[in-house]
Amino acid sequence: MPAHLSARLCSLALSLFLIAFALPAFAGPFEDAVAKFANDDFSDTEEAIGVVAGSGNKLAFPIISALQDGRLMADPDSKKVYVTGADGKSIDAATGEAVASVPDSASAVRLNNRLRRSVDAALGSLTLQSPDVGTRLQAAQSVFKSHEETALEAVDAALAKESNKSVKTALGEARAAILLFKSDATEVEKLEAVATLKARGDQDALALLTGMGDQPDSVTKAAASAISSIQSSLAVWSTVQNAWYGLSLGSVLLLAAIGLAITFGVMGVINMAHGEMVMLGAYTTFVVQEVIRTRYPGLFDYSLLIAVPLAFVVAGAIGVLIERSIIRFLYGRPLETLLATWGLSLVLQQAVRTMFGPTNREVGNPSWMSGAFELGQITITYNRLWILCFTLAVFAILLAMLRYTALGLEMRAVTQNRRMAASMGIATSRVDALTFGLGSGIAGIAGVALSQIDNVSPNLGQSYIIDSFMVVVFGGVGNLWGTLVGAFTLGIANKFLEPVAGAVLGKIAILVLIILFIQKRPRGLFALKGRAVEA
Amino acid sequence: MFSKSTHDIAASFSRRGVLAATAGLVLGLASLTGAKAADDTIKVGVLHSLSGTMAISETTLKDTILFLIDEQNKKGGVLGKKLEAVVVDPASNWPLFAEKARELITKDKVSVVFGCWTSVSRKSVLPVFKELNNILFYPVQYEGEESERNVFYTGAAPNQQAIPAVDYLMKEEKVKRWVLAGTDYVYPRTTNKILEAYLKSKGVAQEDIMINYTPFGHSDWQTIVADIKKFGSAGKKTAVVSTINGDANVPFYKELGNQGIKAKDIPVVAFSVGEEELAGIDTKPLVGHLAAWNYFQSIKTKDGSNEKFIKDWQAYTKNPKRVTNDPMEAHVIGFAMWVKAVEKVKSTDPDKVIDALPGIEAPNLTGGVSKMLPNHHITKPVFIGEIKGNGQFDVVWKTPGLVAGDAWSKELDGSKDLIGDWVGKKCGNFNTKTNKCLGSGS
Repeated sequence: MPAHLSARLCSLALSLFLIAFALPAFAGPFEDAVAKFANDDFSDTEEAIGVVAGSGNKLAFPIISALQDGRLMADPDSKKVYVTGADGKSIDAATGEAVASVPDSASAVRLNNRLRRSVDAALGSLTLQSPDVGTRLQAAQSVFKSHEETALEAVDAALAKESNKSVKTALGEARAAILLFKSDATEVEKLEAVATLKARGDQDALALLTGMGDQPDSVTKAAASAISSIQSSLAVWSTVQNAWYGLSLGSVLLLAAIGLAITFGVMGVINMAHGEMVMLGAYTTFVVQEVIRTRYPGLFDYSLLIAVPLAFVVAGAIGVLIERSIIRFLYGRPLETLLATWGLSLVLQQAVRTMFGPTNREVGNPSWMSGAFELGQITITYNRLWILCFTLAVFAILLAMLRYTALGLEMRAVTQNRRMAASMGIATSRVDALTFGLGSGIAGIAGVALSQIDNVSPNLGQSYIIDSFMVVVFGGVGNLWGTLVGAFTLGIANKFLEPVAGAVLGKIAILVLIILFIQKRPRGLFALKGRAVEA
Repeated sequence: MFSKSTHDIAASFSRRGVLAATAGLVLGLASLTGAKAADDTIKVGVLHSLSGTMAISETTLKDTILFLIDEQNKKGGVLGKKLEAVVVDPASNWPLFAEKARELITKDKVSVVFGCWTSVSRKSVLPVFKELNNILFYPVQYEGEESERNVFYTGAAPNQQAIPAVDYLMKEEKVKRWVLAGTDYVYPRTTNKILEAYLKSKGVAQEDIMINYTPFGHSDWQTIVADIKKFGSAGKKTAVVSTINGDANVPFYKELGNQGIKAKDIPVVAFSVGEEELAGIDTKPLVGHLAAWNYFQSIKTKDGSNEKFIKDWQAYTKNPKRVTNDPMEAHVIGFAMWVKAVEKVKSTDPDKVIDALPGIEAPNLTGGVSKMLPNHHITKPVFIGEIKGNGQFDVVWKTPGLVAGDAWSKELDGSKDLIGDWVGKKCGNFNTKTNKCLGSGS
């Protein structure tokens, strides 16, 4: 035991000696801080971020930005920290010297939300004077968000040099945010800050003003009036926002229902498998993306454009098959059609479940469908905007097709008066099959768009079938314009009810309203007149 | 806990015919295998939906039990007999769960059943298990407020998931304002009631709590996400506690990502989002959002037990990408406990096994040892994980030790004096104030 102990002591002394010997080469608050990244402790990392960002060392920016992107590697054994670049080259974070390779035992320094905020704040003040306008703007915005007093100097310095107008405004707002929370700022400065934030007038400004704590009386008063003015302008914007959300929901409803408007509305087939056609379209998108991912990753942004015609063909072909093999024997027998198509929907669901598995499949958003932009005080997301445009385009094309093509003319003729059409030489059963195929194909196209906002799972179709019937019945069976107006009416009504009544009650209220409406006008908004309905 | 049924009554009504047909088919198959089986096997019932809306979650659990039985049989089975799985499909149909449970117990004479996911399916089979005196292992986190003699709850009670998650947000993220968002059914409603009482006991004011419910399969989250954004702009740190049901989560997270709500601004902590749910989303915009579970696939263990389990599971399912999740771990623990109890009493007689189970310990997959408690819940560690870009979780916090599951919440007035104790008191709802057992009437 004593021998053992002395050996230990000896090795301890040796290692102490080595450390003492080795340290002077690195020692310094910056190097010590960098070494802390290797401790894998969130508090140590936070401390290290603060010291490194404030050190003025030219390595500070590469280190912090590497930390943000998960490129800062730390070796827990040697306590060495490395910055790996996008080009695969690495440097020692403490010295800046290039290293040949990062040891295998090193792993990326972990972050949590608190640390991500510190990183943002640190990067913000480090990049305030970046040559790139976009980076400067982002930096000013992150300083605005974190509004830490330590950044004031950097903001003032940047403001003095800034020439770009929007960056200048952002910097001014960041400065105001800092001053508002700075305990020793003068009353005049604070009043100016309140005025700047009032001019900004959005939710972030509101958050700062409501959360600013104890202030001199005059400031509190100015803030209160700023708050009420911001709130009243936001209230107006929220109406605009609800209208936009309504349009967006309406476009989704329309897209889901438009195929049904053909199969149910025009042909009169109670098609419970309509939702499954939508699902097949979504799975087609998945398959297309899967192929693109493995074979042609460069084409990913075009995946939806490729998927649209394919989904139309797949769902349309299955639609024709269904019509030929099942539905044509059931014309004029609505109850049997309902049961048969419902059974069919279960078969299709289970088939997809067996082929693709019961879990959700990932369908990615192409870059042009991700993110959002600000329009005044409302946020408009690109995917919703594109879906709205897409829906209107599909609607217009369909309408034009029914009106101006020979097939459209035949379809209208057959659905309006089958016997007359037949005696005029139209092959009615062929037209039936094509009409059903068209409705199914359009449902397939809808699936491509819906895959962008919903789950791609075997149950996808079920969640839209009820809504689709609702839209078609409400709008008026047999009338495409009715479907359009019906979908947007329901969407907008839903979105104005939702903030008041909540999502659950809102949906119930809409259903009750529709029931009452149908009592008054059994044929929906736009009833077709004449013999067509009786056919 | 989830109950994903989104169809209306008419829909499920017209489905019955098809269901009956499948039921007949399964019944026929079951009796076929039943005839073959000799007395030298021990039968284990598996009651998980393999079709319908719940198949998405429950199929994996069926595979888990088959995998565990396979492993056990490789080791020689139990009491010298092989285990034999009897799999039935209750098809996400709650009344059918009760029928199938009865069939498993009376016809197939199973010794134990592993099954159910939604609370409503559990409630539906409960009378059957009581009447026929058999054992059910229930593997999913649920709302608590229950302790039954025939049921062993291996999933988390609210104090093993929801309360620690809220504590984490309060301490680590300094959250002052809370959005409790959930799907409109029993699990979120009860959990949110417990959380609301807990937050108020911690001094959170009423106006700093926003409670929001959405229908099943809700897919248009624009208004609610905007509301959350607005609620979060009151100058206090805000977080969302989500009990949103599995299917509605994908559109919810997509909307969050698109509207630019980052985890560092308003973190969302979810109780129903695990590795399996994330498999259907691009998680890059979600990095930093949180989930609270008792198990994560990414957890590294010193003895390598989790790594070995994942490897064996992926080999068994022949899918190197197959993920593992929390309810699977609950089945692993429950199965090991049942095997141990059977070996202890050298019998599969339900009465003997039920009495033997409390006190039995089994290793969990995160390097600890879980114990069956007298209230038929188990001890579990609680982990908070942050979503990573690859669909896995990075554990950022865990409880120092194991947390004992409370059958009855200490936060609710109606249940704070109740305990479940099937060892000493032989009662699932014993009132410690009045020293009385409320019995099955309540």
